[in-house]
Amino acid sequence: MNLSKLYKIFIYVALLALAISIVIPVGWVFLASIKENSEFYGNPWTLPKGIYFQNFIDAFEKAKMGEYFLNSIFVTCLALLILLVVALPAAYVLARYRFFGSKLINIMFMGGLFINVNYIVVPIFLMFVDADKFLRLLGTDGFFLNNLFVVALVYASTALPFTIYLLSGFFVTIPRDYEEAAYMDGSGYFRTMVQIMMPMALPSIITVILFNFLSFWNEYIISMTLLTKDSKTLPVGLMQLMQAQKAAANYGQLYAGLVIVMLPTLILYILVQKKLTQGMSLGGLKG
Amino acid sequence: MRVKKVREKSIFITLCVAPAVILFVIFMLIPTFNVFKMSLYKWGGYSNNKEFVGLNNFKILMEDSNFFRSFQNTVLLIACVTIVTMALSLIFAAILSREKIKGQNILRVIFYIPNILSVVVISAIFSAIYDPNSGLLNSIIGIFRGTEKTPILWLGDQKLVIYSLVIAMIWQAIGYYMVMYMASMASVPESLYESANLEGASKIRQFFSITLPLIWTNIRTTLTFFVISSINISFLIVKALTNGGPDGATEVFLSYMYKQAYTNSSYGYGMAIGVVVFLFSFGLSALINFVTKREPLEF
Repeated sequence: MNLSKLYKIFIYVALLALAISIVIPVGWVFLASIKENSEFYGNPWTLPKGIYFQNFIDAFEKAKMGEYFLNSIFVTCLALLILLVVALPAAYVLARYRFFGSKLINIMFMGGLFINVNYIVVPIFLMFVDADKFLRLLGTDGFFLNNLFVVALVYASTALPFTIYLLSGFFVTIPRDYEEAAYMDGSGYFRTMVQIMMPMALPSIITVILFNFLSFWNEYIISMTLLTKDSKTLPVGLMQLMQAQKAAANYGQLYAGLVIVMLPTLILYILVQKKLTQGMSLGGLKG
Repeated sequence: MRVKKVREKSIFITLCVAPAVILFVIFMLIPTFNVFKMSLYKWGGYSNNKEFVGLNNFKILMEDSNFFRSFQNTVLLIACVTIVTMALSLIFAAILSREKIKGQNILRVIFYIPNILSVVVISAIFSAIYDPNSGLLNSIIGIFRGTEKTPILWLGDQKLVIYSLVIAMIWQAIGYYMVMYMASMASVPESLYESANLEGASKIRQFFSITLPLIWTNIRTTLTFFVISSINISFLIVKALTNGGPDGATEVFLSYMYKQAYTNSSYGYGMAIGVVVFLFSFGLSALINFVTKREPLEF
């Protein structure tokens, strides 16, 4: 009896310790973001004296986090849009039809699951450098580097294998009867896909949107490499703040920037956390 | 009529699949191919004089002590992070899915939080935790060992810094794998535990004889993916938190590759590193797959 009680206490202590190690640092950042700069010297555990909102104004204006925020929203939404428009039909057709080369294409996308962006970011960058050089020879401006649209396109492309894998996995499970009934009624291929199959796939589509929203919003290696000039995305802006903080000790601004980057993902997570953790067991793995 | 139908179908298929294939080929397949191709050239990047040097880049690599250092660091990171994360997430998942814990749902929600944060955010949080003077960790430790002693340099000490990274990586990964294992443990039939209870098997025995064998397939796949993703996450964290410092003590595979390619502008050499890392991660996952092979159990 005593032993099982001890075991129970041990479990609670262990679980609580882990939970605290997560909640405290994240919560501390929120408190730190409303502290004045002078409050950062000495004990880090003191509560803020008041709400110093100037940090956020500074972060938005001086550190340009406001502009980067809009960039991030633009890139993330556009990348999601491209991804869905391209991946949904492909996943549907690959799950449903056998045609010349379908096996090869399936294998290709499966292999793509193992290609990580971090390996290929250098060649992608060099490819754009070459393309821009070529465009300049033709007398036009460079197009590919420092272009938010191109970054969104690269995001969408690199997310294709995982997304198609997840969506095809779903389409395979829907019985063919639905389509046969639709064809009987004279519905064409496109209409059947858009009006019958896609609405059924809505739960999977939402999972896809959630996972990719997080990965696009948080991504920084591609955007750091491809956006070399003024326009940046939020995580890259945050890295800049981190580096600037080492020199100038502008803590308040840094933590305000931190809150700006993580607040959207936290809000989204709290709204849909059930969906996200369920979707994970459905979708399996991420790279 | 039939010919028209067949034509219509092939147009439909082409229109659906072609955009995805084109994007995939341009932005993933060709760059991957280029990694391998460029590793055979000596190339400064912006200039156009690429010189074919065969396997020379790999020869230089074999004698590059910095590369070996990054190799050691990566292996140490992978080994520590994998063992601790896997063990802890399995144990916590088993506890949360087997025991009646108050506030189970809220705990699950909390544990998953690190996984939704950007690695840059995680790095910034940990640089606040590890800060030598006003960091959260040192101020807690200061209570026990006195504040007058010299502060511990979590990110400045060459021997310590790699373990500081290990902790950050475990913190980042543990919740994700825990939720994953909880999902697969939920599919283990309850009746097995009931009969084990009747026969008086202890909880630890149940964990090793029922839970682990029955979710073994899932553990195998996650292990393989975990190792590959550790190589990537270690790069992301190092890039944002230490940038390889102090003095190369946290340089990992991909951060060294990135550094060679950009800062040092030797793209060919950088890509040779990329090829080696690529082959290494494939070899490692094949090895894990081989070592962990068991007859799958049915239930």
